[in-house]
Amino acid sequence: MRHIISLLMENEAGALSRVAGLFSARAYNIESLTVAPTEDATLSRMTIVTVGSEDVIEQITKQLNKLVDVIKVMDLTEGSHIERELMLVKVKAVGLGREEMKRTADIFRGRIIDVTDSTYTIELTGAGSKLDAFLQAIDPAFIIETVRTGASGIGRGERSLKI
Amino acid sequence: MEATGAEIVVRCLAEEGVEFVFGYPGGAVLNIYDEIFKQNKFKHVLVRHEQAAVHAADAYARATGRVGVALVTSGPGVTNAVTGIATAYMDSIPIVVVTGQVPTPAIGLDAFQEVDTVGITRPCVKHNFLVKDVKDLAATMKKAFIIAATGRPGPVVVDVPKDVTAHLTEFVYPATVEMRSYNPVVKGHSGQMKRAVQMLLEAKRPMIYAGGGVVLGNASPQLAELTRLLGFPITNTLMGLGGHPATDRQNLGMLGMHGTYEANMAMQHCDVLLAVGARFDDRVIGNPAHFAREQRRIIHIDVDPSSISKRVKVDVPIVGDVQSVLTDMLELLKLAKEKPDAAAQNSWWTQIELWRSKNCLKYNQSGAIIKPQYVVEKLWEVTKGDAYITSDVGQHQMWAAQYYKFDKPRRWINSGGLGTMGVGLPYAMGVQLAFPDAQVACITGESSIQMCIQELSTCKQYRIPVKVVTLNNRYMGMVRQWQEFFYGSRYAESYMESLPDFVKLAEAYGHVGMRIDKPEDVEAALKEAFSPALKERLVFMDFQTDQTENVFPMVEGGKGLSEMILAEEL
Repeated sequence: MRHIISLLMENEAGALSRVAGLFSARAYNIESLTVAPTEDATLSRMTIVTVGSEDVIEQITKQLNKLVDVIKVMDLTEGSHIERELMLVKVKAVGLGREEMKRTADIFRGRIIDVTDSTYTIELTGAGSKLDAFLQAIDPAFIIETVRTGASGIGRGERSLKI
Repeated sequence: MEATGAEIVVRCLAEEGVEFVFGYPGGAVLNIYDEIFKQNKFKHVLVRHEQAAVHAADAYARATGRVGVALVTSGPGVTNAVTGIATAYMDSIPIVVVTGQVPTPAIGLDAFQEVDTVGITRPCVKHNFLVKDVKDLAATMKKAFIIAATGRPGPVVVDVPKDVTAHLTEFVYPATVEMRSYNPVVKGHSGQMKRAVQMLLEAKRPMIYAGGGVVLGNASPQLAELTRLLGFPITNTLMGLGGHPATDRQNLGMLGMHGTYEANMAMQHCDVLLAVGARFDDRVIGNPAHFAREQRRIIHIDVDPSSISKRVKVDVPIVGDVQSVLTDMLELLKLAKEKPDAAAQNSWWTQIELWRSKNCLKYNQSGAIIKPQYVVEKLWEVTKGDAYITSDVGQHQMWAAQYYKFDKPRRWINSGGLGTMGVGLPYAMGVQLAFPDAQVACITGESSIQMCIQELSTCKQYRIPVKVVTLNNRYMGMVRQWQEFFYGSRYAESYMESLPDFVKLAEAYGHVGMRIDKPEDVEAALKEAFSPALKERLVFMDFQTDQTENVFPMVEGGKGLSEMILAEEL
């Protein structure tokens, strides 16, 4: 099962390597990992997408909590939540395909943020599955480059992760 | 008053009441050593290899329950210390290791004797710090001591660049430091404890399984009271030996790969299992799938939530300090109206006595060759069961665990988790320094002892009168045993060629050496070594033991606990 784990940790040098090291040392999967400081600059918020059985996810949560720099851990997938990922795709946009590319981007509510006479750079946000769907909807031969941030997530409604 | 970083390190250690710092100087820590020279609050013990410094600090912590301290220089000082740190980490031992680092402006430039200490030690410490600003130094030292000693204990590394040790700042040692991200649980959950007590009282075939957490958590008295009150059988893990008296009738001995028949059978067939400060590791329960075949309900008390339901699913998890949880459970138990089912207990004990009557640890000391088990039994007799025993890793370690009956906690000092050969002698140094009047013996083998033998020199310098009991079978015995069982007796590289004359070696270091070849000389040699005449001397006893003796019972890797090989079956 795919899980999205959110955590708050001290924004200190080496904090990221403690988390990354834990995952590799204990052979846990990381599908994606994003991290940035929060509104409180002493705190970092990290979102980790991982795949594992319930037992493994329980261990991951416990092991993360055990790290001395980690303040709070939450498995977002245990409740209702919102997941977003940002993707930038540079595509070939020439001839007949140029108009078609624009239409497909519109359907996915993508925005074209850079244009040349032969390329578009499209910005898309959504759950990972939506970004996958966009990439499947266009001809792979047109893709020059893709950049994805990995998922960020937040609980719905009152559900929040804070100190 | 302003102080340099080096002074701050030394004054922090003094404030913590540190008695001994085990270390080895080098470029990056020279400022700190200069401050050590000027003080008299603690004693510095100069080892002959940084690995031994950490082992000695680790043993000091194991024997006293206080935080052990080691000090090493940057680069190779650190890499040499890593084995010691990992050893302490695997057994959850509270130590603080202060490491020198190249000056901050040189970090990352591949400077002389530079390694990424925080990176190298990260997977084998509870936590580590790189102190980049002298203003953070005192608070960091305080944090290091708090983190090492509380919750599930463990090693903490404080990496101090050389320029930081020279910088000046106001020195204030904080009484405590709040850490919002670090709050270990102490009290157990009351609802879970009630459920646990109820489950224990309903048990027909109960079993108590106590690990190193009981020793580390100083919970032996509470555990003994609980065990006596319930009348249940109890087993100790390798790390838990001494956590409950070995000579108590209710104690079935050690369990696991080389555990007793009765302990392993009772563990496998119980219907309610109370696990206290133990972690169901692979050397203890064997194959978890085989273990899970029998239906049983499990209560697990541990200070570390991640130890619970890691290898074995449990029914009643209780996170908390074992001493606090056991104290609370005892109270609940005394208030309970029900008593354990006497008829069920009787028939369970009848079954256990039947298993016990197999006498699985019997061996035959006849003939002209010394049996290793005999040496350990005699050592137990000669020291009246009251010595501190350190061991190395291998067959001798298992024989020590099986035949030296530990009645007190913190008397058995060995590397259980990492299985580090070479710990025995530095462990004995750390223990003997902590308890100068105690009997301290290092049970070792001719292979293990050579991995830190340079420490005989340290023992001479500080007059550390430990007794080294070498069970010399000219083989890496445990390797040989596995090769005999699982590799068609092809003894690849497990024979120890060209052994030194240990008697002369001991003498060369200024100690007393003895070589014992005959069974009838074993007791006399031990008595002489522990006699008042040699009380101040290190005695190195080289016992020539049976080359082909194996450790039994044995649960093969991947097999179930009840699938033991017994001595008589071969």
